[in-house]
Amino acid sequence: MPLALAGREGRRRVVLSVDLAARKLGLRSGIPVAKAQALYPDLVLMDADPDGDRLGLEKLALWFQHRIAPIVAVDAPDGLVLDTTGADHLHGGELPMLKDMVHRMAGAGFRAKAVVADTWGAAHAIARYGRAPIAVVPSGGTASALADLPVEALRLPDTIIDGLATLGVSRIGPLAAMPRAPLALRFGPDVARRLDQAFGRIGEAIVPVRPVDPVAVSRNFAEPIGAAETIARYIGRLVLLLCQGLDERGQGVRRLDLLLHRVDSRTEAIRVATAMPVRDVKRLTRLLCEKIETIDPGFGIERMVLIASLAELMDRRQTVSSLIAEQEADVSDLIDTLANRVGTQALYRFAPVESDLPERSFCRVPALAPEETKDWPEHWPRPTRLLARPEPVQAMAELPDQPPLFFIWRGVRRKVKCADGPERVFGEWWKNDAELTIARDYFRVEDTSGERFWLYRAGDGEHGETGSQGWFLHGIFG
Amino acid sequence: MTAEPQKKSGLETLRAAISRLEGHSDRRRKVLPFGVREIDARLPGGGLALGALHEVAGGGNDALHSAAAGQFCAGIAARTRGKVLWIVTRQDVFAPSLKQVGLSARRTIYVEARSDVDVLACFEEGLRHGGLGAVVAEVARLSMTASRRLQLAAETSGSLGIAIRRWRRQTDAADFGQPTASVTRWRVSVLPSVSLPVPGVGRPRWLLELIRARAGECADFEVEACDGKGRLSLPAALADGSDQEAAGQRRASA
Repeated sequence: MPLALAGREGRRRVVLSVDLAARKLGLRSGIPVAKAQALYPDLVLMDADPDGDRLGLEKLALWFQHRIAPIVAVDAPDGLVLDTTGADHLHGGELPMLKDMVHRMAGAGFRAKAVVADTWGAAHAIARYGRAPIAVVPSGGTASALADLPVEALRLPDTIIDGLATLGVSRIGPLAAMPRAPLALRFGPDVARRLDQAFGRIGEAIVPVRPVDPVAVSRNFAEPIGAAETIARYIGRLVLLLCQGLDERGQGVRRLDLLLHRVDSRTEAIRVATAMPVRDVKRLTRLLCEKIETIDPGFGIERMVLIASLAELMDRRQTVSSLIAEQEADVSDLIDTLANRVGTQALYRFAPVESDLPERSFCRVPALAPEETKDWPEHWPRPTRLLARPEPVQAMAELPDQPPLFFIWRGVRRKVKCADGPERVFGEWWKNDAELTIARDYFRVEDTSGERFWLYRAGDGEHGETGSQGWFLHGIFG
Repeated sequence: MTAEPQKKSGLETLRAAISRLEGHSDRRRKVLPFGVREIDARLPGGGLALGALHEVAGGGNDALHSAAAGQFCAGIAARTRGKVLWIVTRQDVFAPSLKQVGLSARRTIYVEARSDVDVLACFEEGLRHGGLGAVVAEVARLSMTASRRLQLAAETSGSLGIAIRRWRRQTDAADFGQPTASVTRWRVSVLPSVSLPVPGVGRPRWLLELIRARAGECADFEVEACDGKGRLSLPAALADGSDQEAAGQRRASA
């Protein structure tokens, strides 16, 4: 399926970028969305997300900084620029380095082009407008490599490109040969500056991305430690230091890793997570100390490192004292303690979902998720217990819409004394084509001993396509 | 004239001394009344003691499903303030039904523990925290030691702890006879609903048995199930009948 990303350009919605399949069909970026859809009906259109792209590029830049060279900057909107001076020999030369980069990007699912040139401007131009996916421009060969490229490669604004086209200049070579003064008079200083940058006559600084290091504190021990109490004591000290570091940045920790390097050069790790940013020494110490029993100190621990591997901004909130009612107690510390014991997945609230099918009418949300405003309708009584899977029962009922006279569930025959119903629930055809005709009739029945159950018939009792017409027990009332 | 108050104060001091020996603080214990005179009169302090552990089990088949017992506990939890922690091993609580007895899904936090041991650990943690309105846990086995730990945790923080005893097999339900440190012990069994003049299921009714109450006597009540605010009520025939007193005595003596 051809894919295109759409976005706004002025007041028009235009195609911003297209994938390979769409390009093969003949679609190009810049044409209006309506036209693209009319030409290619099976085109998949998605909204472009420039902010997300920018963030992704920054992450990629950090990764390149780790792998390739220390000076890396984002060349928005679609590139990275690296200063590889002195770094290429670490990767076996310039060409192997480029191959490695492109290969790694391909492994992550991106088609990339990589070029080494004397200047940022030249590399930018050749990477985008050159033919080869990988190219090394020899030192001093910049002028000849650039001569045949279109002027768009020079990172000039669109108005200047249009102006140059009016003059009949479309290649960099002729542009570079033109006299400077009339150009500067007509287009301003940009053309000359970009040309000089591309040919290396003036410098252009690369402002590298700077990774934000997580707050980390460590402690070495002259004498290896092993007793739980000793570990707990040093955890307390490390947490204190860490919280001071977090305080300076105004952050609270969401995930905390404690690495314990043993004398036999193995590493034990404890990880705790919190539901909200925390900077409370006592609380973090307690969370970590609860996990001490999971570590094996072996012959002793000689180094402890505590890293706030996930930290978030923590706002100081002013507490409002109220005369009317006492504030509801804060339970986030309890949530953290329990989550570290049973796991975050096992700690949740139920939130309403707009669905008539009982098993779809709720979803699990994190325990401290913001409170939803919706609520379940209260027209009908609902059973206290809902069976995970409806259990088939044998029942006898008058068709089409009478409650069963009796039913057999788990080998016990129960005579129905009274019943409420039916409550008809229809399949959600907008989710699943197969549910188009499905219906269920729910009954609340009470047997002669007073036990109350929630039964349903799969189908409406008249039409075969609405279900199997079998009976199921779905819930138990109190 | 003067002998009566003196005697009474002597009794009071003795009671205070006993409660000190039992490890309770001197201050009056807070209670959560049911709002039904007949039930509250049977409970020491006039209601369900806060800062204590209570046990609830279903009667008959409900020992396995705990549908009525669960609804009864949700009704109690609904009348407390603050968040409610509900600890289970296998999740089958249907949240819309708890809302129908007044316990909002926004207040209820569920913990799905892997085993009974985890349930008890989380239960104790929740009780110890003290900021929760109520902590409800569904457990099968509750030993004397475990229940004493829970009771102590509840006493120190003042939280209301409710253990729903729920077993996998009917034969295990005999475990409910074993002694525990809980303050009260209840059994909720379903009764046929109020019969209506038209076809349909009337308001559910329960047989509520107070099997054990520390410093109180056993009793049983026929009640109508929790309403939209979690309140129980006595069936109308009993509540306004002139033989109410007699009925209560007869049942208590039976």
